[in-house]
Amino acid sequence: MTAHPRFFGHGLPYTQVEDLKGALITLEGTDGVGRSTQVAQLKQWLEVQGYGVIDTGWTRSELMSETIMAAKAGHSLNRLTFSLMYATDFADRLEKIVIPALRSGFVVLADRYVFTAFARSVVRGADPKWIRNVFGFALVPDMTLYLQIDVDSLIPRLLEDRRVDFWEAGMDMHLGTDLYDSCRKYQWRLIREYNRMARQYGFIRIDATLPQDQIQTRIRRNVQALLEERRMRTLTENLQSLRPLLFEDPDDAARGGKTAGREPAGLAEVPVVTRPGRPAGATDS
Amino acid sequence: MARKQGMPRKRGRLIVVEGIDGSGKSTQIQLLRRWLEARGVKVFFTEWNSSDLVRQATKRGKKKNLLTPTTFSLLHATDFADRLTYSIIPYLKAGITVLADRYIYTAFARDIARGVDRRWVRDLYAFAGKPDAAFYFRVPIDVAVARIMGARAKIKFYEAGMDLGLSADPVESFRLFQGRVLEEYDRLSGEYGFRVIDGTRSIDAQQRQVRDQVSRLFDHPAAEAS
Repeated sequence: MTAHPRFFGHGLPYTQVEDLKGALITLEGTDGVGRSTQVAQLKQWLEVQGYGVIDTGWTRSELMSETIMAAKAGHSLNRLTFSLMYATDFADRLEKIVIPALRSGFVVLADRYVFTAFARSVVRGADPKWIRNVFGFALVPDMTLYLQIDVDSLIPRLLEDRRVDFWEAGMDMHLGTDLYDSCRKYQWRLIREYNRMARQYGFIRIDATLPQDQIQTRIRRNVQALLEERRMRTLTENLQSLRPLLFEDPDDAARGGKTAGREPAGLAEVPVVTRPGRPAGATDS
Repeated sequence: MARKQGMPRKRGRLIVVEGIDGSGKSTQIQLLRRWLEARGVKVFFTEWNSSDLVRQATKRGKKKNLLTPTTFSLLHATDFADRLTYSIIPYLKAGITVLADRYIYTAFARDIARGVDRRWVRDLYAFAGKPDAAFYFRVPIDVAVARIMGARAKIKFYEAGMDLGLSADPVESFRLFQGRVLEEYDRLSGEYGFRVIDGTRSIDAQQRQVRDQVSRLFDHPAAEAS
């Protein structure tokens, strides 16, 4: 069985994804790089323009959020359970929030995506192929914006902003005797992984040392280009599907029109319990 | 494989039991445990879905029907990874025999029956080692249903695969879902070399068969896991 084009791997065999109309935009980058601020501003800007926007962030799932907090506090996680808990959290948000929102045509902004899991797991010694397979059910985003920073610019920011926590400093990895040493080595390794992935997965790089408003401007420019391209495509598709009605081409109408299958799904078509193998509880969005 | 430096010479044996709900595997593993202990074998017992790490999440997920086939699978993988690290590997290294009521094959059978990709779930558990013996207690669906109805009269929601919407009737849903699980087990049996035990035979007859095979595991040090 080959990988699904919309997924990183084998996907979600029991879920329909052909009807996802929205756009999935992810912001990546290491700890303290300013992702959340940028997501919040971007969300507001998109909403003002009339887009429906949903944002989702790491460890925020209904299923796993509390459990992950408790596990991190207890320091009993190892690299396997660490990776798998994040994967569970991610899957819950993907299936319960991201996919239903995309199906309804929303713009979904993800604060961190699978790449964070890849970086953290690989830095902790996991097999890169294994962790990529674990996340094989994840949708490939339409755009990944990467807030790139070098470790020398990052460390003062991390230390200034707030107390660096145990995990952000990679203290579980015993890389250094104190927080500074550990944090520096850990973050250096993470950044190296992100940079590798930036090439591999075609991230859009944005210099995270720039002033906040300049970063936001760059983000908006890229997002706007993506959404405009999307709009043009939808418009073209809609026109195509209207064609048989407008020109009353009996042959074309009889064939149901070339693009009839791509028409946006009406409410009645949104599956509830009709599809076999789909959990009854998973349809509420 | 060369023995790593500092590793104790004698590694404990890992013996696992598999089968659908109501196959009688838990009864058998408890009998085996007592027997081994009586013979002076140091034994540690661990069962599926029992780590503290994700207990709350699993409980909540099940209670509120939050689980999808994928999150169901990942939660159980997390539970397993935690137990592998804290309840299985250290004991084996210390030369203690570990008895596991269900192992990764349960995940393979159930998760595939729930609709996740066959290859994905196998790769997910790539970190788990092969047990020294995997006993598969095979029973027809009707026998399993009769046993479960007789013992507790109530079938659990996820055990019956009610999350899949196969049938509104729990017994019928159980029959359909566990039927799929059974099919998967049969497929796995050859692939992973299960020791198949006919679960419809008497408890004593099954246990004799299990003990016979387990004792061979101990009497032949050549079979020692490397």
